[in-house]
Amino acid sequence: MKSRIPVVLLACGSFNPITNMHLRLFEVARDHLHQTGLYQVIGGIISPVNDNYRKKDLVAAHHRVAMARLALQTSDWVRVDPWESEQVQWMETVKVLRHHHSELLRSLPQTEGPDHGRVGSTARTAGPELKLLCGADVLKTFQTPNLWKDAHVQEIVEKFGIVCVSRTGHNPKEYISGSPILHRYRHNIHLAREPVQNELSSTYVRQALSQGHSVKYLLPDAVIAYIKDHNLYTRDSS
Amino acid sequence: MENSKMEVVLLACGSFNPITNMHLRLFELAKDYMNGTGKYKVIKGIISPVGDAYKKKGLISAHHRVIMAELATKSSEWVEVDTWESLQKEWVETAKVLRHHQEKLEAGSCDHQQDSPVRGRPGQKRKWAEQRQDFSQKKSLEPKTKDVPKVKLLCGADLLESFGVPNLWKSEDITQIVGDYGLVCITRAGNDAQKFIYESDALWQHRNNIHLVNEWITNDISSTKIRRALRRGQSIRYLVPDLVQEYIEKHDLYSCESEERNVGVILAPLQRNTAEANS
Repeated sequence: MKSRIPVVLLACGSFNPITNMHLRLFEVARDHLHQTGLYQVIGGIISPVNDNYRKKDLVAAHHRVAMARLALQTSDWVRVDPWESEQVQWMETVKVLRHHHSELLRSLPQTEGPDHGRVGSTARTAGPELKLLCGADVLKTFQTPNLWKDAHVQEIVEKFGIVCVSRTGHNPKEYISGSPILHRYRHNIHLAREPVQNELSSTYVRQALSQGHSVKYLLPDAVIAYIKDHNLYTRDSS
Repeated sequence: MENSKMEVVLLACGSFNPITNMHLRLFELAKDYMNGTGKYKVIKGIISPVGDAYKKKGLISAHHRVIMAELATKSSEWVEVDTWESLQKEWVETAKVLRHHQEKLEAGSCDHQQDSPVRGRPGQKRKWAEQRQDFSQKKSLEPKTKDVPKVKLLCGADLLESFGVPNLWKSEDITQIVGDYGLVCITRAGNDAQKFIYESDALWQHRNNIHLVNEWITNDISSTKIRRALRRGQSIRYLVPDLVQEYIEKHDLYSCESEERNVGVILAPLQRNTAEANS
């Protein structure tokens, strides 16, 4: 029996705040990779961006990390990692990938004789792969001039790989064919289809909150309670 | 003073097969909208799952659908589940369900609170008790209906447009629903809904009683898609409340077999209305 390649999914982003849509990305991506028969998803990481990214309305990283943590309380495979947010500077996604990949390799058992039983009988199996998980909107941003370094884009698709979840109004196949680098490594870009069309975004949630509208069922209750307790995203706080 | 606001109870009828986050969002959107007009105060939401006698394809037992709805509304302070409709032996027209709940409100009774298996939500009980007190006080001062909350049917645009399906609804029921009660309809395609209202005399006449609420973001979590995902072994997490997802998994509720239920059986309203038309 051919052993599956273990994969960890890494999602970078503002998570300002985290929503059910973000949480769905992981579920959809995992299902997709499993259905290929080639991969076994063994973990997921949410990495909220550093405050120095300076995006408009970005609330403090410690809040965004705390909210993600609350949202993931009931998840048995996805966790939040504050490393990126705790760095002094904002850092490029590729560096976050490199960091987490080396952490992943370091955490593996060093001796021969495996591990989880599902990964085949050979002593040294395929090392776990770390893939960037994102929505189709992020794939589009690879085209934005000066937003990504070409060398980084190449490293991301060549060394790591992307799992891209579809989003309304986006055509990821177009983005791939429109970029030589993406096109060359298209085998390493997995396009996962979210069967449930959902335009939910953090922007929408922030808007609703500032207008005093309910956001229940758009994000976990624990996150809503946190937002309320800390008075985040009110009309005055932006 | 808030006496000038009409108190409203939002009633959602449907299969809830299963209940999803989208169903729950309808209540939140409707409440924010109605409260935001300044004319209404939404005091309660009721989920009324349809009875098994509806005979819709893939409809699993009301017992499970009710429990899932109750699990889904556990964390809600104002939305609850009512089992009256689901317990009737025969299928009940929506207009009758509305009438049942309106009459209950007029009687000022708390019966359903005691019947409901979901007790022990002190906040809710307190609110209801206060309202009951208000009713009895007001009753003694001046007669009636002015202060009784009004039930309105909460729905998506699909229900509104289903009014056009032959034999699905009795025309007198449609008139009653929009005339005596009112509709709060959540829709992404406001223009289509307005056009539909315009093209129907009955709806047009009572257009002031039809509140169209715009849903700016697509949130397409239909029960059909949930059941399909489950048949394909795909995750439904974050599309339905966690408790509902766990319940479905624990009881293995949806399968290819369950989706075949009622295949070849005529939907109850179609059967009833066609029979009456032919008699």
